[in-house]
Amino acid sequence: MGATVFELPLEPAGVPRGRAMIERAEWAARAFATYDAATVARIADAAAQAAAQHAREFAEAAVSETGFGVVEHKVLKNIACSTGIIETYRGHDYVSPRIDEVAKIVEIPRPAGVVLALTPSTNPVATVLFNIVLALITRNAIVVCPHPYAKRVCAEAARVMAEAAVAAGAPDGCIQVVDEPNIALVDALMTDERTDVILATGGTAMVRAAYSSGNPAIGVGPGNVPVLVDRTADLVRTAERIIESKSFDHSILCTNESVLIVEDVIADRLLAEMRKAGGHVLDDSERDRVRTLLFPNGHLDTRWIGKSAVEIAAASEVTVPARTRVLLAPFELAVPEEMLAHEKLCPVLGVVRVPTAARGIEVAKAVLRISGAGHSAAIHSTDSATVMDFAAAVRVLRVAVNVGNSLGSSGIQTNLAPAMTIGTGFFGRSSVGENLEPRHLVNFTRIAYNADDRERMGDFSGLSPWQAPQGPVPAYPYASNERAASVTHLATVRPEAVGGSTDELREEIRRLIIDELTNLMKG
Amino acid sequence: MSDDSIEPAGGFDYGAFSFASKDEVLAKSKEFWNPGKTQFWIDTGVPLVIDRRENYFLYDMSGKRLIDLHLNGGTYNLGHRNAEVVQAVTLAMQHFDVGNHHFPALARTALAEALITSAPGGLSKVIYGSGGGEAIDIAIKTARHTTQKRKILSIVKAYHGHTGLAVATGDERFSNLFLSDRPEEFPHVPFNDLEAMEGVLRGRDIAAVIMETIPATYGFPLPEPGYLESVKRLCEEYDALYIADEVQTGLMRTGELWAITKHGIEPDIMVTGKGIGGGMYPIACVLISERCAGWLTEDGFGHISTFGGAELGCIAALKALEVCSRPETRSMVHYIADTVGQRLRAIAEVYPDWLVGIRQNGVVIGLEFNHPEGAKYVMKQLYENGVWAIFSTLDPRVLQFKPGVLMKPELVDEVLDRTEIAIGRAYREVRGTNDLGRRRVA
Repeated sequence: MGATVFELPLEPAGVPRGRAMIERAEWAARAFATYDAATVARIADAAAQAAAQHAREFAEAAVSETGFGVVEHKVLKNIACSTGIIETYRGHDYVSPRIDEVAKIVEIPRPAGVVLALTPSTNPVATVLFNIVLALITRNAIVVCPHPYAKRVCAEAARVMAEAAVAAGAPDGCIQVVDEPNIALVDALMTDERTDVILATGGTAMVRAAYSSGNPAIGVGPGNVPVLVDRTADLVRTAERIIESKSFDHSILCTNESVLIVEDVIADRLLAEMRKAGGHVLDDSERDRVRTLLFPNGHLDTRWIGKSAVEIAAASEVTVPARTRVLLAPFELAVPEEMLAHEKLCPVLGVVRVPTAARGIEVAKAVLRISGAGHSAAIHSTDSATVMDFAAAVRVLRVAVNVGNSLGSSGIQTNLAPAMTIGTGFFGRSSVGENLEPRHLVNFTRIAYNADDRERMGDFSGLSPWQAPQGPVPAYPYASNERAASVTHLATVRPEAVGGSTDELREEIRRLIIDELTNLMKG
Repeated sequence: MSDDSIEPAGGFDYGAFSFASKDEVLAKSKEFWNPGKTQFWIDTGVPLVIDRRENYFLYDMSGKRLIDLHLNGGTYNLGHRNAEVVQAVTLAMQHFDVGNHHFPALARTALAEALITSAPGGLSKVIYGSGGGEAIDIAIKTARHTTQKRKILSIVKAYHGHTGLAVATGDERFSNLFLSDRPEEFPHVPFNDLEAMEGVLRGRDIAAVIMETIPATYGFPLPEPGYLESVKRLCEEYDALYIADEVQTGLMRTGELWAITKHGIEPDIMVTGKGIGGGMYPIACVLISERCAGWLTEDGFGHISTFGGAELGCIAALKALEVCSRPETRSMVHYIADTVGQRLRAIAEVYPDWLVGIRQNGVVIGLEFNHPEGAKYVMKQLYENGVWAIFSTLDPRVLQFKPGVLMKPELVDEVLDRTEIAIGRAYREVRGTNDLGRRRVA
């Protein structure tokens, strides 16, 4: 294309189309907000199963498009964030009215409406799946705006889920995705008054922009995870867990460990165990070369995000065994000018030795002063008092204990809510302090009766304001004199048509999860 | 006219001209422009002089706001001064003007390609007019050249415009007035009557059948299922061309970009106008098949139109076509049609002997009332209730009720609230006059 002949700037490409998507989502949300619980469950199941069936394909496409991460680990995340989320919230109902006869209050769930999901490049598909499933469970329409580095795979994933959802009876347009994201478009979507809530999973600038948009926003900040190992820890298991967790998806999650803080008295033993598990402890000269590679001008060189330990070692002229999974980089002082104390988004783990656990807690605080406030930290210890002291001191909102932080703080190997969107709360300048859950996307209209005992509460049992749709939503606009004739081919949404294969599908998904987990354990 | 009494102290200054009051405008409109039309609206209870306009809103000089459900036959399909169309035309004015109709042109070529890409199969070239009437004339001239036959068959109460050939296809009200009826060349047969149509076609001297996919000015009577398909089949059997007039039914108004595709028909010639200009610049387009394109090679100067396909109009049209073609727009039209249809059927249940027919295909809607001039009563009540929708000129029982394709959910709800009340008021008004035919019979 040559230069345009026009002098005035055109509105950037895609902005009007993006606004049209929000408008379409508004129609979809309006319809969806009247759906009954059974239909909603069927829709969410169908979309999640469709995503899970493509888990490997999406994982491969994500690695190939972004150059980040590990296919096997992304498969696991994709399944966890689709059918895994469905299983977690099965039996929870964000649709039907809740009656509290003692308080004389009835709560009617009211979805947010139009959810705008901004998703990251580091964790692209899993976040898209996670946000879509949450939106469906709560009857919200969602517009996904993926990171440009991962736009193709995210668009494909969203489309697969949209087709499955609509086939199961969801309103047309309840899942949409931006094909060509750019900053002007993101800004237009975020500030659009029809956007009811923004889910911002990504970099600090984007999250702050979401909060400045004038619309309600749930934004999450970056992590920079300190992990403390005290003298009471099971060193063999701890070593394996940290190596496993730090190397997971080549460490591009915000929950991957960043700096290991270890009590001197057990440090050598722990590092020896970590070597056995695939760690390589860098000497001072190797460490300096790795530091220079990753932070050439005091800023993270994004080319190394999500790359393997072996690749990073080779580029730093460090000779390591081929089975090396994590590079361990010792340093003394966690301060801003020590770049290894920052988030590295690759399998390089800072190591700081401390004389006591109490001193270790101070180092953890220092790491979190640099970045990662409100996010997560981990501790390996059997001393509850130390765990309590640690958790009460560090400015994070989740502390994973005796588990890898990657899958611990994201709720996959702990009983926290499983999530790819980790709320960083007041510490991290966010509106949500927990892992994102369906309930964050729904409000309740509360019917509140006079508390006076003489005023009786009405009987609400069996009452529901919601209905199952009678055919596609919206109905196809047949001419009114053809409507009667067309009724037979209108009735496309039959529960049994979808439900018949649901059990089979679910069984298949279970097998798939078991297979993937088995592979992981072997790996 | 109590609402018209509020007028700015300094009068109405529009820069290029000014008026002291709305009354002055009305008086001068009668004196210098069109006394018949001006007086008609005053007498009808719709003393509207449109001042500000934006989105789907019109503002009378008094400041009274009206939701526009008339859209000038779909001219304002995308709303008034649609921001995207305004931006496109404003930018284009830095570089383009009307253009020179003799030469190959940038914007005309770009629009022609976009139209053909969007169109039903079989159409391959575009000819431009400055308005729908001229476009219909071009379509008729093209059909005559192609078939070397003279007669054009249309339906009784057809309406295809007011130019020389177009007016002859239509109702005699507009042709007789100017001694422009030509019954020997322009036979008419009743709508939805295949036997009558075949009777005329059988003579094999018909160049083309011209059909609005849904006859607008006749109050949107719907073609019976299979009717248009049969007409097309008859055209093929008796070697007549099929001209689809999509001026009011195209541009996503039926939930598909061109209504004729809902019938699976590939017309020989298709005409679009009104909304294609995005409400900002007049333009009309004739899409023709390769079979019909002979004269463009034989004598490319055969139809000359200085303003036909004016390049600024082409740019407005490109944008209008783009907006209408978006999957989001299509989806929204389906939602609007569904919402409006459900609510209108509910209103009809309340007034079963008053709102006796809902003719709907997407957001092309005609509401039939049980009184020879029922739509005029409803129009007036709607006007008082802040909605502008017009009766059907050739069947005043029927109100044209035409939501825009980009109407927002809240506005759809609002306009339906207003409509429900207005229909009730008109019902009581007519019943008060004891003039409700069917009701008295019952």
